[in-house]
Amino acid sequence: MSPPVLDVVDLTTEFALRGGGAARAVDGVSFSLARGEIVGLVGESGSGKSVTGFSLMGLIDPPGRVAGGSVRLNGAELAGMDAEGLRARRGREIAMIFQDPVATLNPLLTVGAQMRMALAAHARTPRRAADDRCAAALARVGIPAARDRLAAYPHEFSGGMRQRVAIAIALLHAPSVVIADEPTTALDVSVQAQILVEMRALAAETGLSLIWISHDLAVVSGFASRILVMYAGRVVEQGPAEAVLRAPRHPYTRGLIDSLPAAAKPGEPLRQIPGGAPSLGALPPGCAFAPRCPRAAGACRAAPPVETREGARAWRCLFPLEAGA
Amino acid sequence: MLGFVIQRLIQAAAVMAVMSVIVFVGVYAVGNPVDIVIPPDATQDVREEAIRRLGLDLPLWRQYFLFVGGVLQGDFGRSFIYNEPVLSLIAGRAPATIELVLISVLCATVIGVSLGVYAGYRPHAPLARAIMALSVLGFSVPTFWVGLILILTFAVSLGWLPAGGRGETVLILGVRWSFPTLDGLAHIALPALNLALFKMAMMIRLARSGVREIMLTDTIRFARAAGISEATILRRHVLKLIAAPIITVFGLELGSTLAFAVVTETIFSWPGMGKLIIDSITLLDRPVMVAYLILTALLFVTINLLVDLAYAAIDPRVRSGEAR
Repeated sequence: MSPPVLDVVDLTTEFALRGGGAARAVDGVSFSLARGEIVGLVGESGSGKSVTGFSLMGLIDPPGRVAGGSVRLNGAELAGMDAEGLRARRGREIAMIFQDPVATLNPLLTVGAQMRMALAAHARTPRRAADDRCAAALARVGIPAARDRLAAYPHEFSGGMRQRVAIAIALLHAPSVVIADEPTTALDVSVQAQILVEMRALAAETGLSLIWISHDLAVVSGFASRILVMYAGRVVEQGPAEAVLRAPRHPYTRGLIDSLPAAAKPGEPLRQIPGGAPSLGALPPGCAFAPRCPRAAGACRAAPPVETREGARAWRCLFPLEAGA
Repeated sequence: MLGFVIQRLIQAAAVMAVMSVIVFVGVYAVGNPVDIVIPPDATQDVREEAIRRLGLDLPLWRQYFLFVGGVLQGDFGRSFIYNEPVLSLIAGRAPATIELVLISVLCATVIGVSLGVYAGYRPHAPLARAIMALSVLGFSVPTFWVGLILILTFAVSLGWLPAGGRGETVLILGVRWSFPTLDGLAHIALPALNLALFKMAMMIRLARSGVREIMLTDTIRFARAAGISEATILRRHVLKLIAAPIITVFGLELGSTLAFAVVTETIFSWPGMGKLIIDSITLLDRPVMVAYLILTALLFVTINLLVDLAYAAIDPRVRSGEAR
């Protein structure tokens, strides 16, 4: 097996709080990403999935900082790398796409100008050649008449097309890893499905590895080969998508699966996990999920559970669900 | 785009028509110039002759239409006091004000926006805090006082710069300008600085809040994620995104300063239009007042039109009429 494209060990990101101290938004996250692999990063709002993405990109703004851990991208250690080194890798080796394409593209610049700017960040290219490359990138993500569309402004595209433009910009330099932060959440369901299918084809075709961040387990389940479930900054369960969905070991994963509309019988009320996500500034000393967990016992409240590994799967729970349950 | 311009021009014409009525009636209400223009010991015949000659015997609406008829032919009437065409009177004073105001507003914008962008980009740096303190000072200290302090410091105590007047001027296109000569520039420096301080403070705040807001948007995060350098992000993205409010304030400040630079012009004995309008008000020189106010209105309408065009040039959504 070839070495992983991205290897993350014990990544920890903290945000300094006003009254001193720090909130851990990302706490000891470890995973690795093989070439061409699609990993789904799932969790509720505030579980730290986006912060994990930004930490990998080296884009955490003060008062936040990556407090510890190691991120190796194509063999190079990103932790502690200087700003210029990180910049030179962003967009070329690791890229990111965002949720809302209306907000990511600058409304005042043509699509061509924004693409050429992204191109110029890593490669000096004469104008004509640059236009050729940009048009090719647009065509690859399914934008018709790409060459003519370079002169168009973002508001002249539909939402789905705008997101394709953003994807084309992220893919310009053929990065080895793309972090996709809920890129289909703001789109129509049909467009969402199209983009998922196309991204999967691109990953298979070019060997691009994807980290697909989503709060929607249903989106990720049919798409990713592996799933990471995050809760309060920690990865509470990870493993092959199919196995995790069929037989979750962590009660939180079970809760997420049960609360999918497809899991409820028609006419029955949707099931939900009781309680709300904890505030990162005031996490309980033990397992962060314990206050909402039906299986929690006294030991759960003493110290955060360590990771249990079993083959390709791992979870952080003292009383995991049975493998066959 | 052409439709946009035509629509704006029609609006501008309507505004000018309304303004001219308001100005004319307003100035009519201020007082009767006859008492000031005609010596008190004049006989009744002389008095009536003068009233007829000045056109003051006609009903207001006829005076108005006579005036409008003249204006449309480029004739704003003659000053009661100087007995000179009003337009040439104003044209003689305008260049002094124009060069002073342009220099001060341009400097205020360039310096203010630069400092504001820095303060917004590094909001916690000590220099940014110093810049913000400076802007509070610029806002809160009255202009006339700053003017006096500037004269006391740079003209009286240090003797570096002259305290008043235009200095050496050069004739360009039949008009006298101070800015091309070193001596002229030395004379402009203090009054321009005086006028610029408040505007600079405003530009600093405007640019800073704009930059702070924009730096947090996904547009900037996405640009960073693409590996675009900070300098390029500031130059290509941020400056463009903060431009709209800055252009608006630039236009408004340019207009209001051109029209009402009176205080600074008085303190620095700058022979601009401010002095002219103050004199014409005290002497009830109706044609000068009316012409000045109407030209001011025209100035604002023109500046607003240019600001709108600048918006359209910057923002493609305005151009296509899809303002979102």
